[in-house]
Amino acid sequence: MTPPRHPGFDTLSLHAGQRPDPVTGARATPIFQTAAYVFQDTDQAASLFNMERAGHVYSRISNPTNAVLEERIAALDGGVGALATASGQAALHLAVSTLAGAGSHVLASRSLYGGSHNLLHHTMRRFGLDTSFVDPRDLDAWRAAIRPTTRLLFAETLGNPGLDVLDIPSVAQIAHEAGLPLLVDSTFTTPYLQRPLDFGADLVMHSATKFLGGHGVAIGGLLVDGGSFDWERSGRFPELTEPYVGFHGMDFQEESTVAAFLLRARREGLRDFGACMAPFTAFQLLQGIETLSLRMERHVANTREVVRFLSSHAAVESVNHPELPSHPDHALARTLLPKGCGAVFTFEIRGGRPAGRKFIESLRLFSHLANVGDAKSLVIHPATTTHFRLDDAALRVSGIGPGTLRLSVGLEDHADLIDDLAQALRASQKI
Amino acid sequence: MQVELDGHAAWVYTGGKPFDPSLPVVLFIHGASHDHSVWALQSRYLAHHGRAVLAVDLPGHGRSGGMPLPSIEALADWIARLLGAIGVERAMLVGHSMGSLVALECAARHPQRVSALALVSTAFPMRVSEELLTATRDDEPAAQAMVNLWSHSGLAQYPGNPGPGFWVARVNLRLMQRQRPGVMHVDFAACDAYSNGLAACARVSCPVLLVLGTRDAMTPPRAAKGLSAALSDVRVVEIEGAGHAIMAEQPDALLAALERFGA
Ligand SMILES: Cc1ncc(COP(=O)(O)O)c(C=O)c1O
Repeated sequence: MTPPRHPGFDTLSLHAGQRPDPVTGARATPIFQTAAYVFQDTDQAASLFNMERAGHVYSRISNPTNAVLEERIAALDGGVGALATASGQAALHLAVSTLAGAGSHVLASRSLYGGSHNLLHHTMRRFGLDTSFVDPRDLDAWRAAIRPTTRLLFAETLGNPGLDVLDIPSVAQIAHEAGLPLLVDSTFTTPYLQRPLDFGADLVMHSATKFLGGHGVAIGGLLVDGGSFDWERSGRFPELTEPYVGFHGMDFQEESTVAAFLLRARREGLRDFGACMAPFTAFQLLQGIETLSLRMERHVANTREVVRFLSSHAAVESVNHPELPSHPDHALARTLLPKGCGAVFTFEIRGGRPAGRKFIESLRLFSHLANVGDAKSLVIHPATTTHFRLDDAALRVSGIGPGTLRLSVGLEDHADLIDDLAQALRASQKI
Repeated sequence: MQVELDGHAAWVYTGGKPFDPSLPVVLFIHGASHDHSVWALQSRYLAHHGRAVLAVDLPGHGRSGGMPLPSIEALADWIARLLGAIGVERAMLVGHSMGSLVALECAARHPQRVSALALVSTAFPMRVSEELLTATRDDEPAAQAMVNLWSHSGLAQYPGNPGPGFWVARVNLRLMQRQRPGVMHVDFAACDAYSNGLAACARVSCPVLLVLGTRDAMTPPRAAKGLSAALSDVRVVEIEGAGHAIMAEQPDALLAALERFGA
């Protein structure tokens, strides 16, 4: 039987969640730059507040421009809905604080973006939430570290800084056997390269600041609910399956069989913590998502050229990229990331810190800054910037060498990128 | 709210308020492979506007126990028994798709129990293509994908269900996936086999409302013409641009139609 044709990824990137404005005919998504929305009458007001009707009340909780972005990322990731947040950090905080609180435990990969690690290891601990960290490749370690108080498993699709490829099916199975959901940070891969929900993850978060926007002009986060986790069957989430006095006594799973998590996250976390996205940011991120496929294809193609160049260069000790057979997750990457492993990776320069410093300072096209996922190519040398306080031994513990450089390959002509890298590598070896 | 019925738990959503039998009762019946939550934006509103709401999970669906019942007639009798078990004399029945046939048959068999009928996204006969019926038996994911595609009118739904930021098509797919294996085939086979529609219409004397989506690919408005011709007291409301999933796609328009009808 021929299955029916569903709209494809590129079509959804352009159309999901939006149609021409019925009042003005505007084809682009209008920026609804308003804090609040006029009620038709007192009864409609009360119904909106009580979730008897759907609609907008106040832009901290929902906004029509943000809703288009939320529906679009949900469509691309295959989720039941999403929440737009002030940043990627806010998306992670919202996910964690919706499911866990004082006395509960989060089990996370140890290969995380530094900001995520800070939030879980230091800041949330101050609020009574305990997080333990495991090697994401060690499935037994995941299994062994689950406690009765665990509420969430968390990892990145491609870990930081070693680009560990997350074995989503296996980690999701471990989570599900324990009645727990798996949250995946999909920032480096975007739904174009991988849809973690299709592999068994339950929740997905993005720093939309990165490849989703693609332009490096806006900070934003997205949290997607896969809608397949049964909170009631798990029995560990009274926040979602018992009446909540903080919202009209609502039992969220009774209200929505498949979208209870998102309802609670919006009606509690977004309402109370207030880390909402500005509608102008949502508009900018939508502009980015419209061309996500085209850009990711080019990011991946350029990255392959750059990886090939660096791999055979005398001034380069090693290149760490899952598409190389030397990477420990090469085989896994071929099954889970067949379209490519993104555009962020590290390599080791010969000559340690001084060579790294000289290399960075000699680059002309690559921008030296603390970000990834821009249309422009970016570079950072952790040993002299983000991790400058650490000595070489301490760096090693974080999986970073004195000569480790991280590139985020952009959309320029790859020949120009390679020329720039070549001249900077030459300069780095002359010291 | 949970009640014992036929030796199984029957689970009923009461709209976020305790059930008060002294108020006029509106009972919602979901369609194939669904549960009460498809009525989120109608049931909760009416429960907070002077009605006693019962949004059921049919046997074997959602939180209700037991096996799915194999025919529209059996489901209709189950609804009547449920009303009896809860102690409700008369209720307005609102049904969607398969649930609309159950409501119609229930009104024909148990006229004393039914004060009015609202049939949403309805058709008679509700024939299911051979291809789809086979898929519901042999390949549920393929069947779910087909039904989900045919249930929605487009790629953008305002204001979203249950609220802004929800992707309605995936909510619907996940809800179908949440039902137990085998339920989908029983439901679609029951729709396909139901032959008593016109005879039921002839026996129904209460007021009937048909709510139809102009872009419904599963039960298009023309497929309800036989029903409207056979009913004695019928109003038809067509909702412009709505697909099969009217409750999710145009919740306010549906609510307005129900309220005008007296729900
Ligand atoms: C993988 C990953 N997750 C989360 C974040 C945090 O996102 P934001 O900077 O938008 O708060 C970042 C930012 O660098 C990131 O790279």
